[in-house]
Amino acid sequence: MNKVLRWTWSLVLWEILCGLGITLRYFFRPKATINYPFEKNPTSARFRGEHALRRYPNGEERCIACKLCEAVCPAQAITIEAEPREDGSRRTTRYDIDMVKCIYCGLCEEACPVDAIVEGPNFEFATETREELLYDKQKLLANGDRWEPELAKRLELDAPYR
Amino acid sequence: MTPFWATDIGILILSIVKTLALVVPLLIGVAYLTYFERKVMGAIQLRKGPNVVGPFGLWQPFADALKMLMKETIIPTGADKLLFVLAPMITFGLAIIAWAVIPVNNGWGIANINVGVLYLFAISSLGVYGVIIAGWASNSKYAFLGALRSAAQMVSYEVSMGFVIVTVLILAGSLNLNAIVLAQKHLWFAVPLFPLFVIFFISSLAETNRAPFDLAEGESEIVAGFFVEYSAMSFALFFLGEYANMILISGMTTTLFLGGWLSPVPFLPSGVLWFLLKVLICLFVFVWVRATLPRLRYDQLMALGWKVFLPISLVYLVAVAGVMEYAGWLPNA
Amino acid sequence: MIANLAFYLFSFILLASAVMVVTSRNPVHAVLFLILGFVNAAVLFLLAGAEFLAFILAIVYVGAVAVLFLFVVMMLDVDFSALNEGFQRYAPVGALVALIMFAELTFIAGTWVIAPAGGADRLFPTPDNVTNTVALGQLLYTSYLPLFQLSGVILLVAMIGAIVLTHRDRKRSLHQNITAQHARTPAQTLAMVRAPLGEGVALPEKQPEEETL
Repeated sequence: MNKVLRWTWSLVLWEILCGLGITLRYFFRPKATINYPFEKNPTSARFRGEHALRRYPNGEERCIACKLCEAVCPAQAITIEAEPREDGSRRTTRYDIDMVKCIYCGLCEEACPVDAIVEGPNFEFATETREELLYDKQKLLANGDRWEPELAKRLELDAPYR
Repeated sequence: MTPFWATDIGILILSIVKTLALVVPLLIGVAYLTYFERKVMGAIQLRKGPNVVGPFGLWQPFADALKMLMKETIIPTGADKLLFVLAPMITFGLAIIAWAVIPVNNGWGIANINVGVLYLFAISSLGVYGVIIAGWASNSKYAFLGALRSAAQMVSYEVSMGFVIVTVLILAGSLNLNAIVLAQKHLWFAVPLFPLFVIFFISSLAETNRAPFDLAEGESEIVAGFFVEYSAMSFALFFLGEYANMILISGMTTTLFLGGWLSPVPFLPSGVLWFLLKVLICLFVFVWVRATLPRLRYDQLMALGWKVFLPISLVYLVAVAGVMEYAGWLPNA
Repeated sequence: MIANLAFYLFSFILLASAVMVVTSRNPVHAVLFLILGFVNAAVLFLLAGAEFLAFILAIVYVGAVAVLFLFVVMMLDVDFSALNEGFQRYAPVGALVALIMFAELTFIAGTWVIAPAGGADRLFPTPDNVTNTVALGQLLYTSYLPLFQLSGVILLVAMIGAIVLTHRDRKRSLHQNITAQHARTPAQTLAMVRAPLGEGVALPEKQPEEETL
């Protein structure tokens, strides 16, 4: 096209009008937003959220203090201390996860031989202070009790691929 | 005995009541323009916009205002304290007082003065001071850069805007805004002056520092431009001043080009609702353009103002004047 | 009554800000006081019934000229102590100049005669129910048209002169020619070459670009 013609054509603002047309079309499209606190996206069975320590159905805690999770943790977020209990079984006396350090890689879950430490579906555990994110054994066990139905279901769904 | 409304005190009270009747809806309009913008931009970007505070998020502006009021006002060390506090007040105050002459309906303007257009133009050209003073008083390089950009930009675009307004004046034959609207009874000036209407609209985007001409705040280059250092209520005043300016410029566009309160449909009565509707359409285009176009580079901005808009508006002005004179269409001739 | 009060108020502010322009240490403050002075002068025009002049003053001086003043003054890096250095040395000369100026003004004020018809003109600043703007326009574009046009031409010459003096063609600057960029077609910039195995290709001749606008 001739240059002068092209320059004159640019005065019509054709390209800008095209752009405005596109945005106007988008204006009337259905929204992609989900109404978050009231609606949520489905999460995968492998979603790695807040940690939990699980128990056996009879109420005995699963963790045997093998410290594999502590060893594998790349962020060194897990601290475990262990002692034999009165009945002679090996249990943890301390199981802390620093959720601020944790990178949610899921390696602790992979390493655990008894499926004790797992990452659950919960991702809404924001707190107002930093200290609340330093989880201890009690908190983790409480998480396990709270989410057990979901946790069991997720492990079952993921089992064929392990 | 003269009626109470004709005495000095009566006139004073009447003026105050009229002013309140205009300013209160205007301020609510400004508050809801922020909501409107967020909703429209949201819809264009396939989002929902604010929808949690109140039904459809309608209380959002008030929640925002409350938040701003609670925040701490920070005055940076090394800032010129008086000017630093004064600047947002200038911006906001000018955006409000300009409304004194805009005729919302036939004869409804607070001050129906003979040189209404000049008043509007003078006030809008003062608007740059809020920005410059803020930028200088903050004692911050980003703020200063923003202020310099905005000064150059506003002065440049005022020139072509002035020529556009002069062309409108030639067609209307009056500087009175009420008379200008009445002169558009048969044909809106946007029709014969369509290119100038577009130039005026684009210049008004530059005049209000709106995207794609928001170089003065350009958050991706100079953080927030002239109001980087502002917080709390002084920030809120700048923010509201920008939106009040948008409404003002839309009101100006409506009055000068879109026939003000006049009804475009022959069998419907004219009235203030038409004015509001036209202003709302202008505001929608403001937001729409912001959601569409990327920011111009500084040299492109200057080139557009001086090398494109100025010649076109000048030539059009001379052509319109020539045609009107030749055809004998000049009003009051 | 209110108009009188307003007149004294605004003329007081005008005089005070004029004094501040001269005395304030910070040049930016001085310019801002100058602007305040302009605005108050415009208001005084308004009170005198000259609304056209008032707003033109606001638009031209406050809206354009003073912005550029401020623009320049803000960029200055002034060393205030250096400015005050020679104050004592130059004070006598300054005082002398001020004295002479004051004496001259006094002489002029002493011989000032108000035209006999002036009082009536002051009472009715605009003739016969014509608005200010119309009255000014009629004077400027009929009686004083040649002078008006001449002053316009002088301003134009000054503007062209300023541009000619400061404009230099920066041959080496890296500016963009957007029209030329938009006008480029794939045919000018892209050549498809088939490369046979083991032979390599000769680069095709570069297409001559269209001359830029």
